[in-house]
Amino acid sequence: MTSAEIKDKLKSRTVGIAGCGGLGSNCAVALARVGVGTLILADFDIITESNLNRQYYFLSQVGEPKAPSLKRVIHQINPSVSVIAYEVKLDPEHILRYFRDCDVIVEAFDQAEEKEMFIETVLSAFPEKPLVVGLGMAGWGMNAGIHYRHEGNLHICGDEVTGISNEFPPLAPRVGMVANMQANVVLEILLKS
Amino acid sequence: MKIILNNTQETFKQDKMTVNELLEAKTFTFKMLVVRINGTLIKKDEYNSATIRDSDDVMVLHLVSGG
Repeated sequence: MTSAEIKDKLKSRTVGIAGCGGLGSNCAVALARVGVGTLILADFDIITESNLNRQYYFLSQVGEPKAPSLKRVIHQINPSVSVIAYEVKLDPEHILRYFRDCDVIVEAFDQAEEKEMFIETVLSAFPEKPLVVGLGMAGWGMNAGIHYRHEGNLHICGDEVTGISNEFPPLAPRVGMVANMQANVVLEILLKS
Repeated sequence: MKIILNNTQETFKQDKMTVNELLEAKTFTFKMLVVRINGTLIKKDEYNSATIRDSDDVMVLHLVSGG
């Protein structure tokens, strides 16, 4: 497939991304660069300086809400992407409403509790929809631990082991690896169908 | 019974187990989990009743924080 054919195929596709932190911002930017037609973003949070160690934002954006800021970043890279940004803390009702028409859904939350809620909601509400989750990316090194596996329409990227802590923070390289791995899985799904 | 657990074949001496029995046998102690049997989501309140049988395909996802 040529670049032009890929772009043509992707422009009618919609991808939902739940969370615009380290995973979501990097994954969204990768998908915008390759030309996914519509991105649906959701995040309730505000950009802080400490986010800049891994998230796709700039110093000038500190203090601004993440979802609309990410939309502006994406439009500086590829203005042809249609971006719908929800500034909201997602609950099951929002998930059903906002992500219903997505071809693929990306889980990009931070907290394990939120990941659990999101994955359970999507698997129950949209059992046929591909869901790409990011699990385990704290720390540094350990390249070989990061992997991809899937079970039906549930796709898992990460090492599935390392949770974040004070001694084991999330940092740009490993978070970016998993975020781009998620984008790569999305791309594979979109180009196959 | 022989089951597929997280894409790997595993053998247990029992011919059936509940989800909780499987989690105990494998010492999976994570609080945050997503469990599927043959692609069907099993909710937390079903861990004591949902049964795993020979040749089932089981996925246990450990939810670790970070993103």
